[in-house]
Amino acid sequence: MSATDGSQAASASTRGRSWRKPPMIANPVLRYGLLVLLAAYLVYAVDDVNFDLARFIAGIPKAIDMAQQMVPPDFSRWQLLLDGVLESLQMAIFATAIGVVISIPIAVCAARNMVPKPVYLAARGYLGVVRTLPEVLIAIFLVKAFGFGAFAGMLTLTIASTGFVGKLLAEDIEDLDPGQVEAIRATGGNWLKVLLFGVAPQTLPRYIGLCIYRLDINLRESTILGIVGAGGIGATLYNSFGRYEYDFSFAILLSIIAIVLVAEWASGAIRARIT
Amino acid sequence: MLQVDKLTKTYPTGQKALDACSLKVEKSQVVAVIGPSGAGKSSFIRCINRLVEPTEGQIWLDGSEVTALAPDQMAKMRRHMGMIFQEYNLVERLTVMENVLSGRLGFVSFWQAFLRKFPQADIDRAFDLLERVGLAGYENNRADALSGGQRQRVGIARALIQEPKILLVDEPTSSLDPKTARTIMGLIAELARERGLPALINIHDVGLALMFAERVVGLSEGRIVFDGAPDEVDEQILTRIFGEADWRQTIRHAAEDAEALERRRAAAPDGGDGAEPAWQSGAAR
Repeated sequence: MSATDGSQAASASTRGRSWRKPPMIANPVLRYGLLVLLAAYLVYAVDDVNFDLARFIAGIPKAIDMAQQMVPPDFSRWQLLLDGVLESLQMAIFATAIGVVISIPIAVCAARNMVPKPVYLAARGYLGVVRTLPEVLIAIFLVKAFGFGAFAGMLTLTIASTGFVGKLLAEDIEDLDPGQVEAIRATGGNWLKVLLFGVAPQTLPRYIGLCIYRLDINLRESTILGIVGAGGIGATLYNSFGRYEYDFSFAILLSIIAIVLVAEWASGAIRARIT
Repeated sequence: MLQVDKLTKTYPTGQKALDACSLKVEKSQVVAVIGPSGAGKSSFIRCINRLVEPTEGQIWLDGSEVTALAPDQMAKMRRHMGMIFQEYNLVERLTVMENVLSGRLGFVSFWQAFLRKFPQADIDRAFDLLERVGLAGYENNRADALSGGQRQRVGIARALIQEPKILLVDEPTSSLDPKTARTIMGLIAELARERGLPALINIHDVGLALMFAERVVGLSEGRIVFDGAPDEVDEQILTRIFGEADWRQTIRHAAEDAEALERRRAAAPDGGDGAEPAWQSGAAR
């Protein structure tokens, strides 16, 4: 009885009290200060890059002129085009095949719940370095080291693949259900067998999804690595631009777009089926 | 068989889960470890197969000191300790058969495990056990497609295929409905007796403990505060273990259930092979 009386009294005394959603940043000085800073930076940035309207307008006819030279696309040298495309595909497929296999031990070593701390830190260090470097930077370095051509491109994509698949798979391993792993440990299985029966079944669907996703990314990346000398269709594209053969460039661009679209569609369709 | 001497477990947080617990199980018997949540039941059972590393104390199984083993030797020792879990802990994406056979992992090579080429003897045993726990024909079902009771049956088969020297059972019924809980508890007790295995069963359901166990150990705040037969357990002892509450109903029901079970066992001496185990029909309280 007294409890109900109490709650009624409370609701009477709080009637008419207003409520608003609490702001995301509680401190008002910080909240408005950040807005002012952002506005100030935008003004500075626009000023600093010399955003020149006259130059922009002058450039438009040149762009239109170039676009006109691009049509119709010139597929007459289709053999050169096909060579480039095939080289890109080879780069991407080889790099994916090798990269996703190497990713497995790296991912296991980069999972906190699987290995001792020093191993974990070493593997995470490797992933950190690889993941910070954009593919094009790795490619520039490897082209210097191993010379122009598809080999440098393939190596680049392999290394980048281990960074991508390794990191995401490691995260999946860290998130797995410890109960299933504990049960396999309790049967007397050693570390490798725990990996085989406790960890692998839980992470396999994700791993397959990552492999296909990475193949998709590698196909896309392989088309541009040529610009820095790492072979493939990108090299063909770069050369055609250099020789002002814009109609051939357009043919190459259309081919690249086709590859990327097909890869993305296939990867999406397959991943939708397995997860 | 099993001897635990002054087992103490202090977690890195400073929490003392077990405080000098000693226990001797000298013959095959079903021992229920009862106590409130947080009393240390789970730590106790996991210290025995060292899934949790004991801080102090010694554990002996059949003459070898478990607490003195190096990690690789410990993995070998675990082959002789079957464990059954509260959340079943089946490998969800594997088939029932793979889950049962995973109990043999400690005995096969890496490649045998990788290629799923288990020895024929293991496969025979797995089929026998699946039939024994009532899952004949389920071998190719995926574990995540089973009901709770069925999963725990797979868990039991996985533990038994190890041909262990002892069964460690951690809250086998907490995730199950009351009727299934009884069935599963009955199945574990029956199989342990049938195979002459000592079984250490953590359970917070006093009714089930008194019904199926031959010996009851009470754990409270990391100490063993009672060790005796089920019929010695009275209100006073339950208060000592769990704290103040009205225990009369619990004890009366458990006594009635145990009696009814005993009568049915006497009426159908070979109850194990019947279509439905005897205690299953007596689920309604």
